[in-house]
This record gives sequence, C-alpha cells and structure tokens, in this order.
Amino acid sequence: MKRPWLFYSQLAFTLSVCAFLIVPVIMSMLAGVTENFFIGIKSGVTLRWVFEVFDLYSETIYLSLLIAVVCLLCTLMLGVPTAYVLAKKSGRAARVIEEFLVLPVAVPGLAIALALIVSYGGFRDFRTSWAFILVGHVLYTMPFMVRAVLAVLSSIDFKTLEEGAASLGAGFWTRFFGIILPNIRSGILAGALMVVTLSIGEFNLTWMLHTPLTKTLPVGLADSYASMRLEIGSAYTLVFLVMIVPLLVALQIFGAPTKHVAKIEDGGGKVQ
Amino acid sequence: MNNQGTAIRLEACAKTFANGVRALEPLDLEIAGGETVVLLGPSGCGKTTTLRIIAGLEEPDAGGRVFFDEDDVTALPIEKRNIGMVFQSYALFPNMTARENIAYGLRVRRLDRDALNARVHQMLEMMDIAELEHRRIDQLSGGQSQRVALARAIAVRPRVLLLDEPLTALDAFLRARLRVEIDRLLRSLGITAVYVTHDQGEAMSLGDRIVVMNEGRVVQVGTPRDIYYQPKTDFVAEFIGTINRIRGVVRGDRIECAAGHLPWSAGGSGEIEVLFRPEDVTLAAPEEACLKGRVVTSFFLGDRTKLILDGFGDREVVIETTDRREFKPGTEIAFRVDADALISLKG
Repeated sequence: MKRPWLFYSQLAFTLSVCAFLIVPVIMSMLAGVTENFFIGIKSGVTLRWVFEVFDLYSETIYLSLLIAVVCLLCTLMLGVPTAYVLAKKSGRAARVIEEFLVLPVAVPGLAIALALIVSYGGFRDFRTSWAFILVGHVLYTMPFMVRAVLAVLSSIDFKTLEEGAASLGAGFWTRFFGIILPNIRSGILAGALMVVTLSIGEFNLTWMLHTPLTKTLPVGLADSYASMRLEIGSAYTLVFLVMIVPLLVALQIFGAPTKHVAKIEDGGGKVQ
Repeated sequence: MNNQGTAIRLEACAKTFANGVRALEPLDLEIAGGETVVLLGPSGCGKTTTLRIIAGLEEPDAGGRVFFDEDDVTALPIEKRNIGMVFQSYALFPNMTARENIAYGLRVRRLDRDALNARVHQMLEMMDIAELEHRRIDQLSGGQSQRVALARAIAVRPRVLLLDEPLTALDAFLRARLRVEIDRLLRSLGITAVYVTHDQGEAMSLGDRIVVMNEGRVVQVGTPRDIYYQPKTDFVAEFIGTINRIRGVVRGDRIECAAGHLPWSAGGSGEIEVLFRPEDVTLAAPEEACLKGRVVTSFFLGDRTKLILDGFGDREVVIETTDRREFKPGTEIAFRVDADALISLKG
C-alpha cells in the first residue's frame, strides 16, 4: 500500500522537531571529545578534556552525588510517612497541607533560595556547608516524593488492608513495614528516581545557595562554560549526561507513566 | 476445636462520628457463645458500625462497653482482641501469595515453623484451596479470594469471627454456593460469629438469630422464623420478603374490604390493616374465594408463578401460586387467605 503524503509530511515534521532538540546535545557531546572545536572534528578525537574535567571538577561530581543520595534519604524518611498520614486523614486540613506541599514546585527556585538565605544565612557554618544546599534540594524535591506515594496510596484500599492485618494481630509497625510499604513500592520507587534526577540536575536553587567550596555539578558546569575552554564545558556536559540519562530511562520504565501511578497522577508528573 | 465459643455483650454502645452524625443509638446486645448472629438492614442502618465496634475498629461513645465473655475489651485495639475478620473487599495482601496471606496471622503470633505449616495446610484442606497455595492474590477469582480470606481469618483460632458483607462482591451463583459453605463452616467450628449483610436471604439461611436494624436502632431481634412470620413493625415486614397490606373494617369474624373479605378471629372492631405473604394465598373458585383481583403482570418463575394484582385500593397485591395455568393480564383472579396467615401489627 502506498503511504499518503500526509504520513510523510507528519514524519518529516516529527523528525525535524526531534533534530531541533537533539542536534545541540550531540554537537555539545562531540565538542567534548574534539581536539580543537574551532577546527572541528577533523582535528582529532580525544578523551583529554574528559580527564581534565575529572581533574578540575571531580569534587563537584562527588558533591552532587552525595547531596542526591542524602536528599533521597531525607525525602524517603520524611516524605513517605507524610504521604501516609495525609492519605489517612480525610479532613480539610490534610487537603490544605497537601496543596502547601506543592508550593516549592510553583515558587521559582531563586525565591526559595533567597528565602533560605534570609532565614538561615546568619548561621555561618550552616551557610557555608553543603547541608545548606541539601535543605534547598529537600524542600524542592519533597513534593515529588509525597505526590508519587500519595498517588499509589489512593489507588489501593490501604485502610482496609491495614484493618485486615490488624484483625490478624499485627500492631502498627508490623503493619506499616509488612503491609503498607511493600504495597506502595512502585510509588516509592517512582518518587525516589524523580528525587535523585531532580537533585542532580538542580541549578536555580543551588546557584544561589552554593559557596566557592560547595559547588555541585550543574553549578560547576555553568562555571566551566563561563571561564574555561568550550571543549572542557562540553566534556563536562558529556559526564553529566552519562550520569543522568540512565536515571531518566529508569524513570520512564518504573516511574510515573506506569500502571496505577498514572491513573491518579495529576500534579507530580506534569511538571516534568 | 473451639466448642464453647466466646459470648459477646454490648452495653449502651452508641457511635457519633466526628462530623456529628449519629451512626448508632445506644445499643445493648447479647450474643451467646457459638451463636451466629446476623445484623441485617439497609445501608446506613448502623450494622457495619456495630460490627466495627465489636471488632475494635471503632470505639463506642463514652459509656459504651464491649465484653468478650467476662473480659471488658472496650479499651483493647483490634489487634489485641483475637478476632477473625472477613471483609467485603477481601482485604487480602497483594504483596503475598495465598499461602502467605493465610500464614500472616500465625507469623505475627510467632508460631514455630512446624506448627505454622501444619495449620496452614489444615486451612488449605478445609477450604478446599490447596491448589491455590502459591497463587498471587491478583490471580484469584472472587470466590477463591473469599475462601482464602476465610482461611486466613480462621487460621489464628479467633475467639469470634466477624464477617462484613463477605458475599456482596460475588455474583449470584457463587453467593449461593459460598453461603452454603460458610454455613457448614460456622456449624462445624462452633465459633461465635457476627455476620453483617443487607441480603435477607443470607440472613435467613445463616443466622441463628437476626438483628434487624434501621437508622441506627435495633428494630427487632429474633430467629429467622420470628422475623418472617411475626414482624413487629412495618419496617421489618417490608424489609424481609414481600408482604401485602389490605385495609378493611372488622365485622365479627371477618374483615370487610373493597375487594371482598378476610377471615378474622382476633376480635376487635373498626378500621384495621392486615398483612399477608404472597405464598400464603390459595387460588379458589369464585364462590369459595374471599378476595378478587385482576392480573396486571405475571412472572413465570418455573416452580411457581408470581402475579401482581390490582383492585385492592391504592396498593397492588403480589401473590404466588404453583398453579400451571397461564395468567394473562386482565384475568380476574379469586383467592383466599387463611386466618393464621394474617399478620396484624397492632394486634
């Protein structure tokens, strides 16, 4: 069967949009492994710049990973119980809190950062430590964890499951760890991937909160583009992509657009 | 196994929810050890609240007390009451297999492995679900799920078994079959059971006694026969089975009414309303009959025919007959009702 011209024009449109989005990324990655960007790829391919990035910026990579992991632990320990309590309470207060939790997503990162600096900037040791950035990241990513877990909680009849477990003699902690947590695993996983991805890539907040000694990867990236050879900035981007792409892929597989998470998801997913 | 059974006693148990709604008026109820009591009523009548108070899932308002035998369990949370509970939605744990579900209560009680395996095995055999042992919960049908849920509730040898509309989510065929199985199970265990349902058929066939509830109050307590043959209020009469009402005037040993007359031996005089069940009617030749009506609709049900008749004032009358004739709409029907089949709520 001959495909109609409409099909080809749609295909061409889709491909050109994809190209528009992807070509700069590819160019940047190529630049990161090119001997001399101004001469072009024919000047030779090298990993020199990548090693240079590790020499200059490995601190920022480790700090980003450290903050992402600690941020994940914080959102897990705070966010999962919060979601559980919110799902359990049916009153208006719970709904209001739920809305408030989304505020950090709606408010620009810069504003949150300023608020943090105004509130806590006076505590010098805190201000100059990476914990300051961590607080910003936890604030910013918490809603995503809470939302993801809430979505799964509201898609299973967890109250009846808990009543069932209680009727069999299980106390609160036995129920929480043995019944609730295993049955909201998918939500926790989706939330966790989201939190790690967002934390590693976060720039707005972090740029305001960082000090010269507490630079994360995206801040270092901005710095290298501003002050280094283009090849180094590009190689840096390459490193960043290698770190973040597997996370994004995992997010697509386990994250929001799967089974019961997608049914309820209204707030958490759309921001991405 | 558990042959005495635990008696349950509720004293002045009322329930007012946080939003001020009174779900249950103060209720006193005694359930003997080993007895099966059915709480029956329309939705919102307080039957589920009563069950949840017995279970320990709801606390009665101040002043209400719950006893298991002589133990005051009012302050005990559900996990300390040693009950078994079966839910309408089964409440099986999706993260576990059928076997793990059944073993859950035993594991929580830290039973040693041999005893646990033996008990789980016994339960699987008893409920005839051995082949489902390793199935995941989402691979079970509704009937299978409810069997697993029953096995899980009984496995821990509870003092009382509480069933909250366990058959409502099933289709009619399975409902009938599981009803028989539950009945057999309750008899063989000799356990005290409280069963909540809005289905009068379930209530009649399972209950040693039925507690009919409406709008947060107990309307009548009695054996299924009491409830069916001697309803005490209009509500009970209307809620259980089908009932006909006829208004008339007492004249000596009969009641005169628009469509004829009825035999009457209870005396009295003046206006009266009497009730009778559709199956207590006998078709008769016009000269022997006492009431006449005209067929509006007829339903052939196989073993009998159900006829809806008019000509009795503002309400239609439903009768059932095993007569094999075909009754066309418009046919004149004559029938009689025996005096002892008549129910008078005022009497």
